[in-house]
Amino acid sequence: MFAQRADRDRVGCGAQRRRRVGYRRATRLIVAALLVTAAAPVLAHVEAGQATGFFTGFAHPFSGLDHILAMVAVGLWGAQLGAPAIWLLPLTFPLVMAFGGFLGLIGVGLPGVEIGIAASAALLGAAVMTERRISLYAAAALVAFFAIFHGHAHGTELPPGQSGLLYSLGFVVATGCLHAIGIAAGAAHRWPSGKVALRIAGGGVSLGGLYFLWGALA
Amino acid sequence: MRRGERRALACASTLVAALTPQLAHAHLVSTGLGPVYDGILHFALTPEFVLPVLAIAMLTGLRGRAHVRLALVALPLAWLAAGIVADATAIAVPDALAWLPLLVAGGLVTLDLRLSPRATTVIATLLGIALGSSNGAALAQAGAGVRGVLGSTAAVFVIVTLGAATVTAWQTGWLRIAWRAAGSWIAAGGLLLLGWTLR
Repeated sequence: MFAQRADRDRVGCGAQRRRRVGYRRATRLIVAALLVTAAAPVLAHVEAGQATGFFTGFAHPFSGLDHILAMVAVGLWGAQLGAPAIWLLPLTFPLVMAFGGFLGLIGVGLPGVEIGIAASAALLGAAVMTERRISLYAAAALVAFFAIFHGHAHGTELPPGQSGLLYSLGFVVATGCLHAIGIAAGAAHRWPSGKVALRIAGGGVSLGGLYFLWGALA
Repeated sequence: MRRGERRALACASTLVAALTPQLAHAHLVSTGLGPVYDGILHFALTPEFVLPVLAIAMLTGLRGRAHVRLALVALPLAWLAAGIVADATAIAVPDALAWLPLLVAGGLVTLDLRLSPRATTVIATLLGIALGSSNGAALAQAGAGVRGVLGSTAAVFVIVTLGAATVTAWQTGWLRIAWRAAGSWIAAGGLLLLGWTLR
């Protein structure tokens, strides 16, 4: 019996060791990938800015709390509404946001962009707080309407000398990540206490939106 | 490390590498290993080429194996033929239309339309011609010539094969939605690139 237990322990130790080695290898791989991809290009001539386009675009939605609140709220609301809204809303938002960015890029003005962004956080947060159930098309139309304001803000704020496509992809991917965070948090909706927590979070988002709305209108 | 973790790690590393391309020039980046490798690198460093090819891989992968098998032949062949023609005649799709393949291919992935194998093959061929001619013209300007086009064609074949195989194998439940979301990001990038072009 003791011999069997010793064998089992040895097998267990072997598995643990293999796992440790695996994790160490994974860490090395990730560090190596980061080092390789983050290496700055060495140029004989001066040409700055282009390679940082993706990161600048990716950081842009994270630079404003109003953007973050609205985009996470889209994911939370989608999770509350369930399928197909849970995937339709996060698919709608980036595409229509790109259209807003397109309008901004070609110089079509949009009045009250900051107000629209703040109102999006306030209203979408309120929808999460009240667990508002409206038709799928109405929800998609509401999300699309607000996405235009977010896209317009992103599209008009590109720093000079950066790659347009990479910048654009950066902020589109960042938007998708924020929706995914909202959807992941919205998974708590399946538990009674999770439902309450989501409604509280929605209230927080709505209050944040109202604060930004106050600032935009002042 | 379990197989799932290994796959997730490989995916994460590939994603990081794909999303952080280094400086892309209008002139060819020389590898020092000859025109074939220069062609491969030129393709790999140009998101306007890589993203539509990935979108085609996703489109065919989502539709099934019959679509993948046809696209695996059609896209690289169209790319190669258009590249050789562009290299010889300097006739190519203008750079101002670089947004179109992104918008079309990404949009089709997002919509997840039920297309026939013939339709996906035609789409893959047309995109192969459009992208291949732009690539061929760029390589001709840089002096990489037909060997550069051959290198980039090999890269296209590898990307489509691996991409389509991954999507074909992983498309149950949420994964299918994830591929469609990735398609919507590519389409959004195309729309914004149109804005940059018109700016």
